[in-house]
Amino acid sequence: MIIIEKLTKVYGEVRAVKKLNLEVYSGEIFGFLGPNGAGKTTTLRILTTLTKPTSGCVWIKGFDVITQPLQVKGEFGVVQQHLSLDRELTVWENMELHARLHHIGGVERRRRIAELLDYVELSQYANQIVENLSGGMKRRLMIARALIHRPKLLFLDEPTVGLDAQTRRRLWELIRRMNLDGATVFLTTHYIEEAEALCHRVGIIYQGQLIALGSPLELRQQVGMTTVETLSDNKDPDYHYFSDRAAATAYVQSLPPEVKTITTRDSNLEDVFVELTGRKVGDD
Amino acid sequence: MSPLLYLLAFGYGLGRGMEVEGVSYLEFVIPGIIALTAMTTSFNSAGMKLNVDRLFYKCFDEILMAPVSPLSLILGKSLIGVLRGLIVSLVFLIIGIAISPMKVSPLFILPLLLTCFTFSFMGVLAALLAKSHQDMATFSSLVLLPMTFLGGTFFSSSQLPQALKVILYIIPLTHSSQCLRAVTLGQPFPWLSLLAIVGFGLAFFVGCVMVLRRASV
Ligand SMILES: Nc1ncnc2c1ncn2[C@@H]1O[C@H](COP(=O)(O)OP(=O)(O)O)[C@@H](O)[C@H]1O
Ligand SMILES: [Mg+2]
Repeated sequence: MIIIEKLTKVYGEVRAVKKLNLEVYSGEIFGFLGPNGAGKTTTLRILTTLTKPTSGCVWIKGFDVITQPLQVKGEFGVVQQHLSLDRELTVWENMELHARLHHIGGVERRRRIAELLDYVELSQYANQIVENLSGGMKRRLMIARALIHRPKLLFLDEPTVGLDAQTRRRLWELIRRMNLDGATVFLTTHYIEEAEALCHRVGIIYQGQLIALGSPLELRQQVGMTTVETLSDNKDPDYHYFSDRAAATAYVQSLPPEVKTITTRDSNLEDVFVELTGRKVGDD
Repeated sequence: MSPLLYLLAFGYGLGRGMEVEGVSYLEFVIPGIIALTAMTTSFNSAGMKLNVDRLFYKCFDEILMAPVSPLSLILGKSLIGVLRGLIVSLVFLIIGIAISPMKVSPLFILPLLLTCFTFSFMGVLAALLAKSHQDMATFSSLVLLPMTFLGGTFFSSSQLPQALKVILYIIPLTHSSQCLRAVTLGQPFPWLSLLAIVGFGLAFFVGCVMVLRRASV
């Protein structure tokens, strides 16, 4: 579905993306996980034709994104990280404009807008000015808008950032449903739980480089399925990784008594990130 | 609003009893003010909303990601300026006729329409290049304001020394004023000026296409 080769983007002194190689398969939910400033949005902007790369190639469904932007543009839907609605227009008018831009005519247009507003539960707000909607509603409208031309590929840039837990879960449901309905989803996130709960495969990006790639399970297996946290006085916790509980328990029993707090738990993607970078995803 | 003030200040205030090129100053200045109106209305209508859409609402990105060619995109963004420019300058034309009878032929509409297109393209170009809202205001005061006073609206180029004439002729608005004025005063139509308007318009349009093609950042 998407093939990225040696993709590099340089902004002045900043190397936002470095020699990125990646393939996203048809039908999957792929998660691009990384801290703020890792290069997620930059990559997404290149994939969606908004930014030209410094070097490297991208193909979407066989079209070259850099030389055939017009062919590529009809193939995907995008929900950007920042709000990108015309706030002077109503919910319906935003949808209408986008439908026209995608050359969807007359009756079909009205039918699809009504259907999609229903899908994201915004039907009763159709005639509201966007400015007056809540954050979660604006997000849902952006998703509905991205679906108007029934794209088989969806880009979602930090779709749930800034939303409360309940709205986030509803959005996850929506994303799963869209995936079941046949859409390939490429999403970025800096939430560990989001990548784990939602994505079939995860690529971890850090300082513009892809440092790990695989299913959440595979990635956890790489560091070890069980994590032991030990805490000595006045220090950050130390993490120790083990392939299974038995090995972890053996280790804990062998520890000297001055090592204080000890937790034994399943490893998660945060551990993968810490192991690879020495930092937490949430650190800036 | 400002064209009405110009009309009051320059047409009535300054110009009473004055004559330029053998006609009353009022007759001279009204077609110039219509050209000026077309310029500012078209530029602002096409430029301001695009500027806000691009930098504040960010919804211009969405249009850039839709399967629409740069050509139709620029044309679409300009048409709002053309439409508003035409409406406002036609309203002003009617006011002008009421104040001082003028000759108006179909040939009046052609340069007016082209003027609206040219300055709409210019507005779109400025909005595409602007990195902030301030940039638009700066562009207005650095480009539009000097054009307002130098663009052949308020005085005749025939009174100027040669060196200044050259400056006048590289200003697009001068050519619009001259075309409109020639029609209302019943003088021979300056086809070369019409060509110049088209030339400026094409240049701005090509500029827009190039900015969109480059479309990095
Ligand atoms: N338009 C730009 N101009 C200059 N630097 C930029 C621009 N966009 C992003 N960057 C830089 O590139 C890096 C990656 O940013 P970004 O792709 O937005 O990260 P993320 O989306 O993962 O938070 C950051 O260091 C950021 O400051
Ligand atoms: Mg980002």
